[in-house]
Amino acid sequence: MFRLPLFASLAAALLLSACTAPQSRGINDPFEETNRRWHETNVAIDRAFVGPVGKAYGVVPDDLRQGVSNMSDTLSLPGMVINDVLQFRFGDALHNSARLVLNATMGIGGFFDPATSAGLPERKSDFGETLARWGVGEGAYVVLPVMGPSTERDALGFVVDVMLDPLGPLLDPSQTRVRSVLKVGELADDRARYSDLYESVLYESADSYAQMRLTYLDNRRFTLGQGATQTTGEDTSGAAYDIYEDFYE
Amino acid sequence: MSNHLLTRRSLIASGAAFAMASVMPVAAFAFSTAQAETLIGKAVSEINGIINSGKSENQMYVDFEKVLTRYADTASIARSVLGPTARTVSSGQLNAFTKAFQTYVARKYGSRFREFIGGEIKVNRTQKVNSIYDVQCTAILKGEAPFAISFIVHDASGKFIDLQIEGISLLKSERAEIGALLDKAGGSIDKLTASLV
Repeated sequence: MFRLPLFASLAAALLLSACTAPQSRGINDPFEETNRRWHETNVAIDRAFVGPVGKAYGVVPDDLRQGVSNMSDTLSLPGMVINDVLQFRFGDALHNSARLVLNATMGIGGFFDPATSAGLPERKSDFGETLARWGVGEGAYVVLPVMGPSTERDALGFVVDVMLDPLGPLLDPSQTRVRSVLKVGELADDRARYSDLYESVLYESADSYAQMRLTYLDNRRFTLGQGATQTTGEDTSGAAYDIYEDFYE
Repeated sequence: MSNHLLTRRSLIASGAAFAMASVMPVAAFAFSTAQAETLIGKAVSEINGIINSGKSENQMYVDFEKVLTRYADTASIARSVLGPTARTVSSGQLNAFTKAFQTYVARKYGSRFREFIGGEIKVNRTQKVNSIYDVQCTAILKGEAPFAISFIVHDASGKFIDLQIEGISLLKSERAEIGALLDKAGGSIDKLTASLV
């Protein structure tokens, strides 16, 4: 279990960062040197392996790839329901439970996504979001081996999601293997579907590290902020525009 | 006759001024928000027209650059992506950079238009934040879940200065990119400008 030391150090880092005010603006990247090294490694892995696999998988008919991704999504719904509850978002918990039931039955084991057509589109949640909801600060930006961009809070969230896994105890080893294959399929589908985007950021920008960092943080904060406005109606967008003030004074 | 006319005119004018003054405090805000939304509504309908025009991709880039110059405050965007350097260069250098940057943006993002063909952008609502209007839209593309796009319109110029896709700011992204390119050009804006075209 190589994860334990990582988990412990992340937990410690988070406790420390939780003492200071939660920071969710600007860029907090004290580990930039290490991060950049991992970024280079990840780009090399993408170039040699993930990219080609994604490209090869892209040949598989779109509907089939979508089906595999749908099944993988459906299997992650129980974990999302738990996080919804932990976030006190009971509406979302019901929403995702209904999605699970509908897609697992009418969607033939999750291959199809009738829930979205029925007005129950995807509403992702994860333990990183739960931590944010609980007031834990974002922490530093980190680049994880293979996984790529994250923050201390999201990295810890990821580890907890893996350990929390509500389906894990219910599956026998062969089912667990099938699930892993579906997950790989989903990731390969993402890489294939958004290949232009990945490639423009990773291989066509002057500083791909800076671009990845910005893209990840902007998007993640947007997703978390959106959840906040959805359920509590608080305005989180106000602070984000200070960036323009310098240039339009 | 002329006197009468003058009186009438001034009467109308002062009446109008009074009417304006009485509604101003409320109307000024609503008017500007509506104006921002109207601007983006027009830009979006032009963009929708382009992505469904059936023209070649190269023709679409040209059309896209026209929309960009008409609806975006490219001079401010160019200054913003240059950062502090913008204050140290001559106006000639800045103009040359702005032109080059405009073409670079049209080409860079225009090439992504392929994904938008057959799609549609819808304007949802507008939110005022300080001197910024956030015009929130939804992009509905074929075979993809709808996603959020925001045009950020600035008060002073009445044009948009940023486009955010699912929270990802293209202005910030270009600031990082141009900053890195400027470093690569050894801090020379002329070299940077030359590298963009």
